[in-house]
Amino acid sequence: MATAAVSTERKNYLNAEYGIRSWLFTTDHKRIAILYLFSITLFFFIGGFAALLIRLELLTPGGDLLTADAYNKAFTTHGQIMVFFFLIPSIPAVLGNFLIPMMVGAKDLAFPRINLISWYIYIAAGILYIHCLVTGGVDTGWTFYPTFSTQFSNTKVIEAGLAIFISGFSSILTGLNFVVTIHRMRAPGLTWSRLPLFVWSHYATSIIMLLGTPVIAITLVLVVLERALNLGIFDPTRGGDPVLFQHLFWFYSHPAVYIMILPSMAVISEIVPCFSRKRVFGYDFVAMSSIAIAAIGFVVWAHHMFVAGISLYSAMVFSFLSFLVAVPSAVKVFNWTATMYKGSVSFNTPMMYAFGFIGLFTIGGLTGLFLATLGTDVHLHDTYFVIAHFHYVMVGGAIMGYLGGIHFWWPKISGRMYPEAWGRLAALIVFIGFNLTFFPQFILGYLGMPRRYWQYPPEYQVLNVLSTAGATILAVGYLLPLVYLLWSLRYGAPAEDNPWKATGLEWTTSSPPPTFNFDEIPVVTEEAYAYEKMPLPEEVTLER
Amino acid sequence: MSDSPAMTDTVDVVHHDRPELRHHFAAVDQQRNAASLGMWWFLGTEIMFFGGMFCAYLIYRRWYFPEFAAASRTLDLKVGTFNTVVLICSSLTVAMSVRAAQLGKRKQQVWLLFWTLVFGLSFLGIKTYEWGNKYKEHHIPTFDYNVISGEGNIVKGNEALLGITDEIKNNPVKLRQREAEIQQHTKLFYSLYFALTGMHAIHMIVGVGIFLVISWMAHKGRFTPEYHTPLEIAGLYWHFVDIVWIYLFPLLYLIDRRPGA
Amino acid sequence: MASSHAFWEDALYVFLVVVTLAMTALIFTLVAVFATKYRRRHGREATQIEGSLLLEIGWTVVPLGIMMLMFAGGALLYFHMRTPPRDAAEVYVVGKQWMWKLEHAEGQMELNELHVPVDRDVKLIMTSQDVIHSFFVPAFRVKMDVIPGRYTTMWFRPTKTGTYHLFCAQFCGTMHSGMIGQIVVMEQKDYQAWLSGGPVTGSLAENGQKLFQQFGCSTCHRFDVQGRGPNLIGLFGKPVQLQDGRTVTADEDYIRESIVNSQAKIVSGFQPIMPVFQSQISEEQLNALVAYVKSLSQAPAGQAGSPDLKSAGAESQSPQQ
Repeated sequence: MATAAVSTERKNYLNAEYGIRSWLFTTDHKRIAILYLFSITLFFFIGGFAALLIRLELLTPGGDLLTADAYNKAFTTHGQIMVFFFLIPSIPAVLGNFLIPMMVGAKDLAFPRINLISWYIYIAAGILYIHCLVTGGVDTGWTFYPTFSTQFSNTKVIEAGLAIFISGFSSILTGLNFVVTIHRMRAPGLTWSRLPLFVWSHYATSIIMLLGTPVIAITLVLVVLERALNLGIFDPTRGGDPVLFQHLFWFYSHPAVYIMILPSMAVISEIVPCFSRKRVFGYDFVAMSSIAIAAIGFVVWAHHMFVAGISLYSAMVFSFLSFLVAVPSAVKVFNWTATMYKGSVSFNTPMMYAFGFIGLFTIGGLTGLFLATLGTDVHLHDTYFVIAHFHYVMVGGAIMGYLGGIHFWWPKISGRMYPEAWGRLAALIVFIGFNLTFFPQFILGYLGMPRRYWQYPPEYQVLNVLSTAGATILAVGYLLPLVYLLWSLRYGAPAEDNPWKATGLEWTTSSPPPTFNFDEIPVVTEEAYAYEKMPLPEEVTLER
Repeated sequence: MSDSPAMTDTVDVVHHDRPELRHHFAAVDQQRNAASLGMWWFLGTEIMFFGGMFCAYLIYRRWYFPEFAAASRTLDLKVGTFNTVVLICSSLTVAMSVRAAQLGKRKQQVWLLFWTLVFGLSFLGIKTYEWGNKYKEHHIPTFDYNVISGEGNIVKGNEALLGITDEIKNNPVKLRQREAEIQQHTKLFYSLYFALTGMHAIHMIVGVGIFLVISWMAHKGRFTPEYHTPLEIAGLYWHFVDIVWIYLFPLLYLIDRRPGA
Repeated sequence: MASSHAFWEDALYVFLVVVTLAMTALIFTLVAVFATKYRRRHGREATQIEGSLLLEIGWTVVPLGIMMLMFAGGALLYFHMRTPPRDAAEVYVVGKQWMWKLEHAEGQMELNELHVPVDRDVKLIMTSQDVIHSFFVPAFRVKMDVIPGRYTTMWFRPTKTGTYHLFCAQFCGTMHSGMIGQIVVMEQKDYQAWLSGGPVTGSLAENGQKLFQQFGCSTCHRFDVQGRGPNLIGLFGKPVQLQDGRTVTADEDYIRESIVNSQAKIVSGFQPIMPVFQSQISEEQLNALVAYVKSLSQAPAGQAGSPDLKSAGAESQSPQQ
């Protein structure tokens, strides 16, 4: 048992300085992570509210809650906020920012001031987007396809496009910081093969952020210019090509989904060994899989365009490559599962989210194969099957990983323990609510219900009602952590330095850590996940 | 890629001696390497950024070659070439000023940075002049765009290239149709021309701003043989902007300059 | 499941479902078993295992193999779906916000509805008047985007009579969800009856012939002597040699492009003098003209007109005076 619980009077990054200026002008990566935590949580609930509107409208076949235009704005807003303002920053900007310097044994990221700037850019983009929302909104779908977005939509396409353009720079700067930090600031002895897999995954994510985001930036610039100046780049009546937009858009937006899932996998790679008390099975393969996913992920974009009029042969090439990108993800799932074999498994909240992740990501990933398969994609494209697939990976996968990570590192971040019983309950509610919401949508899609439909033929109603019921349960599951995590800040049990007895340099610091992380840069002499050397955390036994 | 830095337990002493060493770095070397790597990756993102536009440009150029070639001929070759030389000179002076910093020659540094700014601003000035001409010739999309008649007539002198034979010239209906097409497709060229050179100019303006700051820092003697990292990485950025222009110039100005074609 | 495609698509789908269920069951079971069997217990320590190259290779190669089966099945089906049979009945489709306009080769026009005979191949040649739409018939398991400025094609063979949903499957604005209709599959004789019942404005090709005269096409594309434009008799479906050395096939897209953007592809041996009709011709008129040019390849040999394209092309040099 550790010595007396951490005294909250010890200097740490939270109490080092007080006052709003010390937060708004901080360069401490941990404080910046907290700034991001608050901002993305706010956007999550705004995007979630849009989802609520969608699901309420879809309770009935007719369009009775919202007008058609309002509904179109609702799903556009939901998509844009969730993708650009929640998922893409989430784990990297919160957990990545907080942990990566500590995990590599550094006192901060390579460019602390750029880190702060990236948050301000994110906030500026967010404010512009919210302004766009409250002054009319945008209804093009998050995908912005011309010629609807460039000529026929009567909504604030330019403003939304600019907001997302700006938010891209936040992403790019975060990725830049991570890459340079991981290359140049590792502690003595910390070779690449001793890095935690969390770092490997974030490295791969950062490569995608750096190389992919600029492409959507320029694409949005072209759309904005076309709409503002009537240029005709994507207008077939003036020699342009709307399908060119789709190529440029998906060239980023496909790798973007790997930006959303790799960090989540990063979290799982930390949670599973800790709560199995074992090193990760096949470390090298898991590390390489992250890189493979990033690399192959760049050459599969046109699988979103199999019925868009691309040539038969290019469709075949992209289908083939899309199968290849599934392999490294499968490898990771198998390795995590094998990590539990002959381990010593406990069922704390983070591990429950990890179980949820493994199960739901498996389903999500496998259903992606239906879409990579040309013959079935023709039927399933632009139906609810696609919606179910990507929610399984992005919500069942990415968000579960995010919540698991928040819980796992909560003691480190806040110096408090969250209430374990509530944590497990919320994880269960999320799992149940999620499946009830999205599983019926696979069936809806197979039966032919298209996406983005404000009204639908009555035979689809039962499944839609089930889905909405699930959504309300899911909402409860998400609200619970908001409540009890805030509660724990004041009333939670004070946390030790390493309550989970986990390996990793971040756990050698106090909870919460001091501003500069380490008084002395540590020297690393062993592999990651050396759990044979770690005692068990005594309070986390299942036999009570 | 260098591995971890040498461990030093005299970190505080090092930081005290070298005020430019930020607290989270253990050695000046590490800081310089990090800054350099960061700038190279950033330039990588810039390549992807311009790359999207290059992609669109290449596709449409292939589809509408005659119109793109004819429009390209309206760009002033002499002025464009001169401007290219100006920009290359500015990269030369930047490189030389880095060298001067390495040799500890403060006055030379500042003098060379001054010339870099002069060249850079000249480039922007000449660009503005070129764009002004385009405006007068009604070649800017949205602003009274017209390549068929008046000052911006592209057709005259390019009939062979644009496929306007006597047959078409004598048939007003066919002529009008061909002209409509030329109007549209050249507009694509100009849209991409202004998007590309405009984006480049924005990067130049940012670069000038950066170099104003750098020049001031050099003037204050902040750069020594041991530490001139900001100058180095600003130089990297400037060279990159130069290289983008070196791609843009032939792609935009030199599509088909064969005499008599 | 009401088309010839549907059976194979469903078979592939079932295969995918089986694999998904098997994999999911495998992972769920393994996780559940490991979590229970190896749960935290006093006195029992975890066994550290680095990994196993054999397993890694195994669980890389086996999934890859299964996926290659999926790929092959999907690619074959897709190839079949994107290769319309030669003798399919043709229907021209124009999508616009927010309705479907369909025109049978016989001239029959429909709005948001398509009547077709059972057990006959039907090919849709589609374009959009405004934004991108998508023609989706779930019961037939077919879908294809409908794009402004070009034609896309799709085909199916209905196998069961009945009425089936038609949906627009690419978001296109306010009433995207209202851009729906139905496909009515009828017995052959009922279909014939339906065809002759409705108003007929002349077959599509006949309309095209009128337009051919009206727009002055026949001035250059003559059928009695070699005119200033290539002879169109027997042209459709044949290879065409272009001025720049390329050879293209004279399909619908080629005919259409030659009308709206004649300068894009110049036939070898001819001058680029054909006017550009882009802003002058509507989609429906274009469809009619394309149908007419196609009909010129269906005339039996010896009909009034010139010898076939090859010999005409070989003889003619520059047709200028």
